[in-house]
Amino acid sequence: MKHLLSIADLDADDLHELHRLTDSFVEVGQRPIPKVPTLRGRTVVSLFYEDSTRTRLSFETAAKRMSADTMTFSVSTSSVKKGESVRDTVETIEAMGIHAIVVRHSSAGVPWQVAQWTSASVINGGDGWHEHPTQALLDSYTIRQRLGSLVGRHIAIVGDIKHSRVARSDVLAFTKLGAEVTLVAPPTLLPPNLDGWPVNVSHDLDAVLPKVDVCYLLRMQRERMTEALVPSLREYTALYGLTRRRASLLSTDALIMHPGPMNRGVEIAGEVAEWPNAVMVDQVRNGVAVRMAVLFLLLASEGPVGE
Amino acid sequence: MAERERRLTPPYGGVFVARTRVMSADDINRAIWRMAHEIIERNHGVDGVMLVGLQTGGVPLAQQLADALDKIEAPEDPIPVGSLDVAFYRDDIGLRPVLPEAVTDIPAEIDSMVVVLVDDVLFTGRTIRAALNALSDYGRPKAVQLAVMIDRGHREVPIRPDFVGKNLPTRRDEVVNVGADGVELGEMVK
Amino acid sequence: MSSGSGTIVRGGRVIDETGTRRADVAIGDDGQIVAVGPDLDGTGATTLDASGCVVTPGFVDLHTHLREPGREEAETVESGSRAAALGGYAAVVAMPNTEPPIDCAAVVRQVLDAGAAAGLCDVRSSGAVTAGRKGEALAPYGEMAALGVRIFTDDGNGVQDEGLMRRAMEYGRTMNAVMAQHCEIDSLASGGHMNEGAWSSKLGIPGIPAEAEELMVARDIALAKLTGATVHLQHLSTAGSVDLVRTAKAAGVRCTAEATTHHFTLTDECCASYSPLFKVNPPLRIDSDVAAIKAGLADGTIDAIATDHAPHTQEVKELPFDEAPPGMLGLETALALALTELGDLSLEQIVGLLTWRPAAIAGLSDMHGGPVAEGRAANLCVFDPETAWTVDPARSASRSRNNPYAGRKLKGKVRHTILFGTPTVIDGEAQR
Repeated sequence: MKHLLSIADLDADDLHELHRLTDSFVEVGQRPIPKVPTLRGRTVVSLFYEDSTRTRLSFETAAKRMSADTMTFSVSTSSVKKGESVRDTVETIEAMGIHAIVVRHSSAGVPWQVAQWTSASVINGGDGWHEHPTQALLDSYTIRQRLGSLVGRHIAIVGDIKHSRVARSDVLAFTKLGAEVTLVAPPTLLPPNLDGWPVNVSHDLDAVLPKVDVCYLLRMQRERMTEALVPSLREYTALYGLTRRRASLLSTDALIMHPGPMNRGVEIAGEVAEWPNAVMVDQVRNGVAVRMAVLFLLLASEGPVGE
Repeated sequence: MAERERRLTPPYGGVFVARTRVMSADDINRAIWRMAHEIIERNHGVDGVMLVGLQTGGVPLAQQLADALDKIEAPEDPIPVGSLDVAFYRDDIGLRPVLPEAVTDIPAEIDSMVVVLVDDVLFTGRTIRAALNALSDYGRPKAVQLAVMIDRGHREVPIRPDFVGKNLPTRRDEVVNVGADGVELGEMVK
Repeated sequence: MSSGSGTIVRGGRVIDETGTRRADVAIGDDGQIVAVGPDLDGTGATTLDASGCVVTPGFVDLHTHLREPGREEAETVESGSRAAALGGYAAVVAMPNTEPPIDCAAVVRQVLDAGAAAGLCDVRSSGAVTAGRKGEALAPYGEMAALGVRIFTDDGNGVQDEGLMRRAMEYGRTMNAVMAQHCEIDSLASGGHMNEGAWSSKLGIPGIPAEAEELMVARDIALAKLTGATVHLQHLSTAGSVDLVRTAKAAGVRCTAEATTHHFTLTDECCASYSPLFKVNPPLRIDSDVAAIKAGLADGTIDAIATDHAPHTQEVKELPFDEAPPGMLGLETALALALTELGDLSLEQIVGLLTWRPAAIAGLSDMHGGPVAEGRAANLCVFDPETAWTVDPARSASRSRNNPYAGRKLKGKVRHTILFGTPTVIDGEAQR
């Protein structure tokens, strides 16, 4: 595998292989010295056109735990502000001698463009509303870790699906791994056309919650109010927030997940986020191991066959 | 990812064809018992001894050795047995496809323990070199010893075994296969 | 008759609105056709071989972006004219979204002068409907009409304000103006970068619904009925739009319509590559829309094939999909795309969509698109309908390379183009 651009490019076997590989890196993370020499001499660049300290730190931690060198190229400190094109930036970075680029951009598709302009491996760190493949890998890994398998599991993804790269990647990963997915959102926050999406759709969270093994909440962006997609945060919470009352509708071993950062009191009640079945901390922890697995698969597992 | 099958089929891309059987299952068993006695003799018992099998061929041998040690010495607690995958420490990353075979499991603190690394075949010594690096990330053992069922020569790094089942002179292009029912010498056929 | 000089187009099959026949075409030094008939005596004349070819009026494009003034790095009147000539065009109507926009006589004159200087194509100018294309106040139609401007459009944008559009139609009517509309309701389309549908949902690219176009098509049909003006609906892209125009025409509303080559050859699935080469406005739609456009071309609902030739530099077409400007090249591929993809249409129908029908809309019938007959201006295209070729963007005469058809195998190639008697293209080579 040369690049990781989207979950759409992967099949169930690929996802299983990445999960299996992640097991090994979870173990590495538990060692007294959680660092292996695997990627010595490799350089991993974070090319972030959109602020995301969490994702960037997770990738950089993963790279460092594998002894890779890391560079960060973020918009606020770079020549991008001076109008340099993505292509020029990529070609400049490439000339420094690098092996992988993690790209984050507010526009869908930029990682595909970057992949045309570099010989390095490209990892999609989130592109617009489109995909966030490592998030889906860590989400599915966390569910597998907690529930054993995704086969036959029922997962509700609740909130702003339309604008969510996490939702697009998660729907693909969860369903490829055998789970049943129900999207719960007002119609204004759903993609306009769901043809070909292997999902159910509901607008009634109360009816869905008792049936699910996982309740996955998405972040509700405040700017959606100004776009007249929902009348107010208050109404959103009343209809789609995981309040304390709603959370009690969940079965006792159902998981509560969120990609972070959370809006406590909007999509999730503050105290619900602290419940033992709320696995947000596991998600973050597994995020590092999943990204190590991805870096390993792209940078270390390939090579000429034979001597 | 059509390469997955190739990468996950060890040893990459070929079929092992046996030519000679060099040890039977009974021979292996006898060698295990002898090596167990040698380990006890060297370490004046089994106190503070831990066995770590290398993934994947060394893992069943480590268990067999531990069973023998437990029977001979009957310690209060069974001998700790772990497993180690050295894929992340290999020095040939980028030269050949490398994937970890299994998860590493070190069952106890290794500081001030005697760690006996167990593998099926000792060849170039590079796997053991990688294993020594890996172990050092878990702590500082009092000593590290090496037990192998077959020493086939052709070392590329200065590593020697402490306990050997059988010394087996081979050609470089031959392949040694250690299984539950014995040890065979043969080659890979494409 | 005998002609001691001039040019003779020999051995072709002439197709025009009067029909099809085998005939040579003799052209005098004054740029007029002097004879049409079999086996003309061409002694002393320059002979252009048309064997195996079709001889038609030179093509007329109602929708060309020449980028001059303002964005000469993408195209100039000259480079665009050369691309037009190579595509078989004898006349193009330049769209007004230049910098500054073509919204007054001065800019019109600049474009016309540049076209005349290039001498490769009869460059006509459109004029903006509203001052500065801002959609707020009427542009001075009178001074532009005096320079021959007939088509008024804010192309690149639709005129959003219904009241203003009504006034534009009423006022323009006295000048014989054709009000051409880029039909798109901004509040429905805004923020969209491709067709809204299954692909946009999957790709996470904001979409533009078909209704953003159809509502304005419906509105302008209603306003044409109200005002008695002639409205021309530009680059129809949806099945719904085709239906609206079909119904309006049946009801006697004075409306005409065009469709671009890309809207009957490409779909929104192309955007899955995230290549901004496939970003265009109106966006590429779905299979059923492509089928409806073809049906509209076949049954006469759509009057003309337009190119919406929209050059953009490599730099801007390498921006992220949602930041890149919309548009694709079209002049040099239009004929071949029509011949390759419009299998249900007769050759005569295709020629009509490229010649006499757009010429009539643009008010150019006296010089362009008319019958290939003695006494007419010798604006001609000679093309071989069967020549197979592969699109290579590097070979374009345009300054830009945003061609979405790279590598596509097409049939039908222009051999010669003649502009007022002067060959601008001979054997596929531009003459200046």
